[in-house]
Amino acid sequence: MKRNDVIKIVCISGYILFLIISFTSGFNPGKEIGYNFVSFSVDMLKILPGAFILIGLFEVWVKRETVEKHLGEGSGIRGYVWAILLAGTTVGGLYVAFPVAYALYSKGAKLSVIFTYIGASAICRVPMTIFEASFLGIKFTAIRLFVSLLLVVITSILLGDYLKKRNYKITGR
Amino acid sequence: MYYLYIVAGVAVLISFIASSEKTLRAVKIAIKRFVSILPAFLIMLILVSIVLFLVPDRVISNYLGVNNKLVGVLLASFLGSIVLMPGFIAYPLCGILLKKGVPYMVLSAFATTLMMVGVLTYPIEKEYFGVRVTIIRNVISLFIALVVAVMTGIFFGEIC
Repeated sequence: MKRNDVIKIVCISGYILFLIISFTSGFNPGKEIGYNFVSFSVDMLKILPGAFILIGLFEVWVKRETVEKHLGEGSGIRGYVWAILLAGTTVGGLYVAFPVAYALYSKGAKLSVIFTYIGASAICRVPMTIFEASFLGIKFTAIRLFVSLLLVVITSILLGDYLKKRNYKITGR
Repeated sequence: MYYLYIVAGVAVLISFIASSEKTLRAVKIAIKRFVSILPAFLIMLILVSIVLFLVPDRVISNYLGVNNKLVGVLLASFLGSIVLMPGFIAYPLCGILLKKGVPYMVLSAFATTLMMVGVLTYPIEKEYFGVRVTIIRNVISLFIALVVAVMTGIFFGEIC
């Protein structure tokens, strides 16, 4: 772990140094990479604070029993429906879904529901779906959503079962 | 995106009225979680900035426009997996490609892998789920994207 951290720090400092040199010497590819970095950072920093605040409130207010009942082992098919509905309201992308999924898991949601949530939040966030349909047509979006959601639920159940047998635990941060 | 802050704002307000002590604890948890995952985000952002430089939109348009549908689907899945772009950029791009005559199934493979398969989000995903599960989930997602592309092709009559 220690050695990994050193490698990370070296890479990050090297990257920053590269950007500084690029900007002072007018190296265009380096400048373009710098602009990419800034524009994506801004996009994410707009979303992440709000998302993490909601995660914090969720941790404090939502009872473990509630999550267990609706998303846990005994939740049956309802757990998947909840996961998909919740995914529909998720903003951002996978990078927001991961911390949310972890928060759900730590409150007792089962693995297959967690993977359904992650998959669904990748493919059927409501604002994005509307956007997709307006550019590519409702038929395209409907086929894509239906087929992928079905497969997401099936593969999540299989993956959840497989990991449960192997006693897998999400470690998280 | 605004609705996120409307929801978060209202939630904090209600929470604060109900219990200021609990709200403070929530904020502390939020900050702690955010800070601990920040290094992984930094690495992801670095990767994104480099990959977007190497694979800009016009390169994507070029590759998706190939004549062979099968090659198109495979290229689209590959590009969708390694690139990360927000929906408000990706879908207009797909719309333009559609008008240029790119088949629906190619766009479907691109859109699905773009959203579900995250080579660039790997640094974050592995922090939460570990290396093995991250790889399994991404491989499954790639498989789903290919099946979805084939189904799209069938429904739009692009595969006879």
